[in-house]
Amino acid sequence: MKATLKVWRYDPEVPLEPYYQTYTVDVPEYATVLDALLKARDEQDDGLSLRCSCRSAICGSCGMTINNHAQLACKLRLVDAMEGGQEVVCEPMRNMPRIKDLVVDLRPFWSYVARIEPWLVPVPPPEGREYIVPNERMQELVQVVGCIMCGCCVADCTVTSVDKSWLGPAALAKAYRFVGDPRDAHKEQRLQHYSMKGGIWDCTHCFECVQQCPKGVAPMDQIMILRRLANEAGITNNAGSRHGRAFQSSVYRSGHLNEATLPVMSLLPHIDQVLGLLPIGLRMLREGKMPPPVRKPIPGIESVRRVFRQLEDDK
Amino acid sequence: MRYAFWPGCVALGACPELYVSTQKVAEVLGIQLEELTKASCTGSGVIQERNPELGDALNARTLAMAEQLGLPVMTICSVCTGVMNQANTRFSRHPDYLERINQFLEPEHLGYGGTVDIKHLLWILLEDYGLDRVRSFVRRPLKGIRIAPFYGCYILRPSAVLGYQAHPRRSNYLEEVIHAVGAEPVDYFGKSKCCGFPIVTMNLKNSLTMAGNHVLEAKTKGADCMVTPCPLCHLNLDAYQPEAAKIQGKRLDLPVLHLPELLCLAFGLLPQELRLNRHVVSTDPLLSRL
Repeated sequence: MKATLKVWRYDPEVPLEPYYQTYTVDVPEYATVLDALLKARDEQDDGLSLRCSCRSAICGSCGMTINNHAQLACKLRLVDAMEGGQEVVCEPMRNMPRIKDLVVDLRPFWSYVARIEPWLVPVPPPEGREYIVPNERMQELVQVVGCIMCGCCVADCTVTSVDKSWLGPAALAKAYRFVGDPRDAHKEQRLQHYSMKGGIWDCTHCFECVQQCPKGVAPMDQIMILRRLANEAGITNNAGSRHGRAFQSSVYRSGHLNEATLPVMSLLPHIDQVLGLLPIGLRMLREGKMPPPVRKPIPGIESVRRVFRQLEDDK
Repeated sequence: MRYAFWPGCVALGACPELYVSTQKVAEVLGIQLEELTKASCTGSGVIQERNPELGDALNARTLAMAEQLGLPVMTICSVCTGVMNQANTRFSRHPDYLERINQFLEPEHLGYGGTVDIKHLLWILLEDYGLDRVRSFVRRPLKGIRIAPFYGCYILRPSAVLGYQAHPRRSNYLEEVIHAVGAEPVDYFGKSKCCGFPIVTMNLKNSLTMAGNHVLEAKTKGADCMVTPCPLCHLNLDAYQPEAAKIQGKRLDLPVLHLPELLCLAFGLLPQELRLNRHVVSTDPLLSRL
């Protein structure tokens, strides 16, 4: 099978602008994108740089942008990447400094992980025996321990693309791995730490990390669990938690979300931030986009409230 | 063709122009809509992050009402589409869980059997109605207009719960609609990315940087306007565009249309009928070219 690869080339030691180079390779039907890249390097261009090791989607080395999405080159079959004969575009992962060709600098990625205290801080075991963890508690963590730290989620994260200070999906998925571990003594401190600016409440719910993760870790889902656990632990003095509470009470009251009151309720008691919304609010009012502050409840509201009361103890 | 219609909170609140244009599209195409007036907000992923079962119960309730009517659900919001489909997938994968959720609907004598399809208007146009039929209603082809599609995350990802195996072209439907109304789609990186709206109250700067990046990219690629199937994206791309422009340090002034508005303009309806004056970014420069 003949395939065409269009590969992003860049060498800091050569005074050339980055460019795309096209390689045509002849590979078996079962070849992966990595197989094709290695063949191009072996037979046509030994200067082509890329990282790889296990070739089995275990080591997490060969993450790169393939056809616009961060993926493991060893996990993606070439025929699937070609989608009926198109050229396969290979670029380095986004959101990370580029070193050469398809190789990126992963130090920023590791610095995010380092910031979440990525080790277990053990609670003392019961006297006279080791700490036994119930099997079902560890089952909850199976998904997150599957992370191979390939960086694909961070590479396609929409928040990281605009804010390099945000902890990002891989580090926060790892964070849940410890918060959810019954042997960890720092659960509360961790949730406090992860609730700060640049933490769990900065995730924008875009599902890119869920979509791209080659190991099914679904980092965003883990971030949502951390949000819930932070709420349950009473760590609620932040705009994210207040936003959720205001959202929920708006639906309880009227059956609908009220866009007029939600931003105000989320930002109180920070009067300065609420006042910052004033120009936007006035403009919305002028353009007829401001819903009334008290929305008329939907006809079925009593039934909606009953569902709430059954499932929310505090209502 | 009949659908149980769930407009979503934003079409009933901050974007009334979306509600109006949807009704007009249905009228022109002869699609009957039975509005689910007793339905509640889907939870938008926000209630789900606080209390997953509560979010699912609210959606099971809405789906049970559609099931009683024997109709599939039509949505006009990417977030509603995504959240309801995610819930529906959990119900179909875990019948025991659905049974548990149904207990909470019993007092209202409702129960969801798991049989309802949830489709965005965009999917309905291509899969149920047919673009050729849509095209036959075009009275004012938008010739020479360059339009940047903007999908919204929830209608694209995670693809495994949104029917992309059966309908892999769903991520290209907006472009197909743009072609069908005689306009030209603009291809750009940001079209499938996040508008930033979900964090607008938590991190205004990040949120509006995202929105501004997409608007600027679309404009740089020569777009005359954007079109979106999601009113929440519309809020960030249109209603917050002046603030997003300040962050970019550039004038943006790119009109953003709701999907049904685009159709209505091509069907020859008058802008006054569509309440296009409800947009923050003026659509006048665009309308003057039609």
